[in-house]
Amino acid sequence: MFRYILRRLLQMVLAFFGTTLIVYALTFAGQGDPIQALAGERPVTPAQRAYLTEKYNLDQTGVGGFFYRYFDYVKDLLQGNLGESLTGRSIGDILQQAWPVTVRLALIALAVAIIFGVSAGVIAGIRRASIFDNSTLVLTLLVLGIPTIVLAPLAQYFLGVKWQLFPPTAGSDPTFYALLLPGIVLGSLSLATALRLTRASVAENLRADYVRTARSKGLVKRRIVIVHVLRNSLIPVVTFLGVELGNLMSGAIITEGVFNIPGVGFNLFRGIRTEDGPLVVGIVSVLVVVYLVSNLVVDVLYAVLDPRIRYE
Amino acid sequence: MSDFETVAATENQAARRGPSGEPGTPNQVGAANKPRSLAGDAWRDLRRNPIFWISLALVVIFTLMALLPGVFTANNPNDCLLSRQHAGPSGGAIFGYDFQGCDTYSRAVYGTRASLLVGALAALGTGIIALVIGMLAGYFGRWVDAVLSRVIDVVLGIPLLLAAIVLLKRVSSDSQWARIGAVVFVLALLGWTTAARVVRSSVITAKEQDYVAAARMLGAGNSRIMWRHILPNSLAPVIVVLTIALGSFIAAEATLSFLGIGLKAPTISWGQDIDTGRIHMREAATPLIVPSAFLALTVLAFIMLGDAIRDAFDPKLR
Repeated sequence: MFRYILRRLLQMVLAFFGTTLIVYALTFAGQGDPIQALAGERPVTPAQRAYLTEKYNLDQTGVGGFFYRYFDYVKDLLQGNLGESLTGRSIGDILQQAWPVTVRLALIALAVAIIFGVSAGVIAGIRRASIFDNSTLVLTLLVLGIPTIVLAPLAQYFLGVKWQLFPPTAGSDPTFYALLLPGIVLGSLSLATALRLTRASVAENLRADYVRTARSKGLVKRRIVIVHVLRNSLIPVVTFLGVELGNLMSGAIITEGVFNIPGVGFNLFRGIRTEDGPLVVGIVSVLVVVYLVSNLVVDVLYAVLDPRIRYE
Repeated sequence: MSDFETVAATENQAARRGPSGEPGTPNQVGAANKPRSLAGDAWRDLRRNPIFWISLALVVIFTLMALLPGVFTANNPNDCLLSRQHAGPSGGAIFGYDFQGCDTYSRAVYGTRASLLVGALAALGTGIIALVIGMLAGYFGRWVDAVLSRVIDVVLGIPLLLAAIVLLKRVSSDSQWARIGAVVFVLALLGWTTAARVVRSSVITAKEQDYVAAARMLGAGNSRIMWRHILPNSLAPVIVVLTIALGSFIAAEATLSFLGIGLKAPTISWGQDIDTGRIHMREAATPLIVPSAFLALTVLAFIMLGDAIRDAFDPKLR
């Protein structure tokens, strides 16, 4: 177990440096004159130029200089020092305010996926090729195929504006009710995937030898399903849901943007719209780290649940 | 996908063993009752699958729409008059006019071209990268495989939308083709990993086959074996994966255009029109609903087509 975690950690460190290097190289390097870019259209005095050059170590040129500045960026990132947005607010502050909202939204979405996705998946897996199974399969295909930029505005229009079942936008301090519709929209994709995964897993395990043994011992079907099949089938689903929580926390750009929820995705959405470079890079860097860490946690969790994973 | 390949491999072996197995026994399989191939079985399944036909019809319609938009609408999508802002249906504009006073339906029809073009080019790029990487990793194995598989892992760990945002912010050019090229490049650069894994696994299966050993014995070099023998035999599963990927690339392009960093103004794209329609949904809903429906149908058509073909080729589901 220890060796597995160690190896997985090393892999993550590699992936961390790989992705941050890419993000950094793409946003900062080779950008003409960064000082002029910072100042925009205004002229820069030689004194300001000298000050900024020293502050950001811009006098070191070539590959060495690039890595020097890259490690500066990583150091700042790890210390939580993300700089300021173009509007002068600290990006750390912005994120601190936005996280709780995003986490609440993600938890609602995950709850929707678990309650509806997993239970419907179990039923579909047990009654394979029934009407229920076939209709859920088509439905999930529809949900998986419809992009969020279609689903979110249409849900907002029909359920929020036309029939007025839900508040159409959330506002600055969203209530649970206001977050419910965006949560369902955000969770629908995970719901569909969780359903398909559960269904496949249950259907496969129902054909396993241990189920035949249990049946020949005379166990009732309910006990076979609940004790034997579910336990074994839910391992991949748990993994998926764990990864998905990480994704949901970072991937809510469109949903938060459309429903006006002041979370992390909304700030990224606004940063892109207002061409706020530092804000976009800051948020993307943090989200990449969140994504990597959540992947790591899930992999370790998976190894705890299923000992076979540890010995590759 | 691996199920499909292993079964295909065992079926190949069975077929080869069959006739020459034992010379004494009469050949069980007569000419009248020819053994059905996996592809034949799959085709029989597909023919009876309504989803396959519906999605195929949609793909054909949208492809025609992209090639010849003038056949589907007589109105010019760029003929906009502010005086008919949000006006109702009239004179060929069956879904009325949008915020700028352009024909909503005509814009949706003309938007097909950019979406399908981006999707197809990105899928092509993805296919090429995936074939090269997957072929190298699968064929050479050992350290080449180890290195390339780690590269795949790292790229797979990059969230697509976030990376695309960072990459596309670097593109300052507003020319139509530059933006299309940039979106295609970004999608292909980030989207090839799944397809590469599929290629890798089918190459690993294919290279163990006897015909590869035979070709090598006859003196064929690595490149000839890869190009002439392994490639044609490992292409089918990738094409299915790429069909599904094409759908998701179209969705990704629309999402990027929706955010305002994908395709821009002179190009007509559904993502942008959905964004404009969304802002003015309280005044008029059709400019939001029409491009949304076009986008959803196109993406669904490709995903369902790929899904149907994959299911037909997966004997586990029989």
